[in-house]
Amino acid sequence: MVDVPLGPAGAVAPADVEDVELYHPHSWVTKYVFSQDAKVIAIQYSFVALSVGLIALVLSWLMRLQLGFPGVFSFIDANAYYQFITMHGMMMVVYVLTALFLGGFGNYLIPLMVGARDMVFPYVNMLSFWIYLLAVLVLVASFFAPGGPTGAGWTLYPPQAILSGTPGGQEWGIILMLASLMIFIIGFTMGGLNYVVTVLQARARGMTLMRMPLTVWGIFTASFMALLAFPALFVGAVMMLFDRLFGTSFFMPAIVEMGQPLERNGGSPLLFQHLFWFFGHPEVYIVALPAFGIVSDLISTHARRNIFGYRMMVWALLAIGALSFVVWAHHMYVSGMNPYFGFFFATTTLIIAIPTAIKVYNWILTLWRGNIHLTVPMLFALAFIVTFVNGGLTGLFLGNVVVDVPLSDTMFVVAHFHMVMGVAPILVIFGAIYHWYPKVTGRMLNDTLGKLHFWVTFLGAYLIFFPMHYLGLMGIPRRYHDIADMSFVTPSVHTLNAFITIVALVVGATQLVFVFNLFWSLRHGTPSGGNPWRATTLEWQTPETPPPHGNWGKELPVVYRWAYDYSVPGADQDFLPQNQPGLTRTAPGSVHG
Amino acid sequence: MAVALILVLVAVGSVVFHLVSPWWWTPIASNWRYIDNTLIITFWITGAVFVAVVLFMAYCIYRFRHQPDRQAHYEPENKKLEWWLTIITGVGVAAMLAPGLFVWQQFITVPDDATDIEIFGQQWQWSFRLPGPDGQLASTGTHLISPDNPLGLNQDDPRSRDDVVIEGGELRLPVGKPVKALLRSADVLHNFYVPEFRAKMDLVPGQVSYIWFTPTRTGTFDILCAELCGVGHPQMRGKVIVQEESEYQAWLRDQIARSFARLAPEAN
Repeated sequence: MVDVPLGPAGAVAPADVEDVELYHPHSWVTKYVFSQDAKVIAIQYSFVALSVGLIALVLSWLMRLQLGFPGVFSFIDANAYYQFITMHGMMMVVYVLTALFLGGFGNYLIPLMVGARDMVFPYVNMLSFWIYLLAVLVLVASFFAPGGPTGAGWTLYPPQAILSGTPGGQEWGIILMLASLMIFIIGFTMGGLNYVVTVLQARARGMTLMRMPLTVWGIFTASFMALLAFPALFVGAVMMLFDRLFGTSFFMPAIVEMGQPLERNGGSPLLFQHLFWFFGHPEVYIVALPAFGIVSDLISTHARRNIFGYRMMVWALLAIGALSFVVWAHHMYVSGMNPYFGFFFATTTLIIAIPTAIKVYNWILTLWRGNIHLTVPMLFALAFIVTFVNGGLTGLFLGNVVVDVPLSDTMFVVAHFHMVMGVAPILVIFGAIYHWYPKVTGRMLNDTLGKLHFWVTFLGAYLIFFPMHYLGLMGIPRRYHDIADMSFVTPSVHTLNAFITIVALVVGATQLVFVFNLFWSLRHGTPSGGNPWRATTLEWQTPETPPPHGNWGKELPVVYRWAYDYSVPGADQDFLPQNQPGLTRTAPGSVHG
Repeated sequence: MAVALILVLVAVGSVVFHLVSPWWWTPIASNWRYIDNTLIITFWITGAVFVAVVLFMAYCIYRFRHQPDRQAHYEPENKKLEWWLTIITGVGVAAMLAPGLFVWQQFITVPDDATDIEIFGQQWQWSFRLPGPDGQLASTGTHLISPDNPLGLNQDDPRSRDDVVIEGGELRLPVGKPVKALLRSADVLHNFYVPEFRAKMDLVPGQVSYIWFTPTRTGTFDILCAELCGVGHPQMRGKVIVQEESEYQAWLRDQIARSFARLAPEAN
């Protein structure tokens, strides 16, 4: 790695790319609706994704009502229950988390953090959002289609996904689901190319790759991975759509359904599982890596301390990204695939724990000898570490092939993935919104409401998912809307289920406090100024807040230092913005660039 | 202060919950005690790491909380510390992976003296097939399935004559005898799961998968389907009854007699 010399502006490479002339919107519609400004697109993405998130939240309530108080709500029958879990899962994983981290945070933060005026392909970026919105509408339309949405589980495993024993299998549900996924992937590809190319091509002078904030590294790596992983899902969706509509047999072997032989032969249900998880496992990290990056910046900023081990953090991100493509079949240990695969996939899966652990160490070592401000974003970041470590460690149970055998397909798995890729990334999303809201609106979110939101969400989510692991350990399978008549289920299980449901209702309701805060603070929040957290990264150094179209006024910023010059000895304030020249560090300057 | 204290409570509370909660695995009824042991090792290692990380965080939050005259320490890297942590993590991971792979080798290696049985799934019931006196199961084909031949046995295969087919009923097994269960599905994915046996495997239409186990105590246990198979998924239940060898043989003889009685008119 080359260390770019610090010091006066002359030390920075001359601009080899001319400043760009942006498209200038002329009307309200081109400015706020069909906008090509990445920041507006980011808000559009975030608004739609958070709205889908609220639908998914209500679906989770309905499921929990059935599990906590079985039979009390007669409209939640088996059909409805499976439709709810399927839509909740797919919405959260793809349409909320992926869209929010990449489409939302990626669009807002990448150009600002690397010192660009906008994404490199603004028009394609705009199309990306509208195609995403179309995908959401197609997905939501399945609620109103004959037969309702698909109830195949978010994994959509064939053959059941397209047979009549599954809700929506022989009706509209599965068709709309597959169509929506395909549309989403087309839209995402447009956005993803933008994020990757912008990071590679549009960085400000002096912004070397190894000076980029970890937020950008996380979103960049995740976008790159998504461009590689989503095509596998696309292919799987096309093939299943053919099986469903045209009677092909990609995933359909000879089948006798309810006594009737079907006109199918020779297909492989396992092929779909391989395609699905070749996408599905990287997808976990597509959600996690942006969260890793963002949380690194939150911790560093609010602990007033440089992120510990920056280079190791970057390499760990890249290692996790690469390794995540060779672990997919750990979702399939009991799928009936060749059992010898188990040795390989268990080994790769446990190896991925090492770079992940390095990240955790570096976060907590950043707290060590820091100057910790317990702001709302910091609280969310700390809670992320707790829940992520908890969920990551239970991943070592499930990744370790033979330990997975009793736990696979039980509530333990549900608890694990909710903790690690549900609760943990969502806590980061909240922390990030509290952190960047002042840049987006020029006002702070209300602190008291924020703390109320934080404590109920963090402790509530922990109370929901921690005990749930033990239900799985007992042997209670997932995707059961009714666990009556199991010999090993004691009355205390029903008590615990009711408890979890009540906590889930409370945590869900508390999100309304957050939504209220978002709207209330738009008008009534304390004016924040341009850099309320006294942060180093470029987005806080814009001439105006909120930044207008083009971000930087007349001159693009020039970068002189890495993103983590907090509490530098000898400096007259406890942070040095990346675009501030002068004050060569006395600290070991050669160890990072 | 309050934040640090709550984090300590989260760590301690989780450990206390683990130790005193009434929700724990069912008493084991198969030879897979090794799986339980590996799981316990994993609990200890991961539990220690979780408590250590959360307590360390709580300490930092208390010790390095913001104070007017405090300045954070500027130290971008510490190679030595980072390498040590990496190595220790590697050792911990290996300590879990090695026993895991060792037991997996046993899990997939069927002993020579195991008896073949068949477990057959369809929406939404379990059926079973036991070999008769010849100790062998006949070949099958999905295209052969019909109301008279619900499991699709190949009637031309001489081994089919003494196969005992049990539809939608209870699976009986002798205690202490290793069993290789061949898993087959007529329609969609299912998963044969008996919590007390720990073992579990998918039934995949179009192929035959397997698991093996040795029942180690007599009793009646639930068979659950653990792979979403449509709206009837939670109702797809069965029972496995583990019996003493003599009881089992008596029952099996009775079943064989009935099969022959059923086949008798055809034979004439």
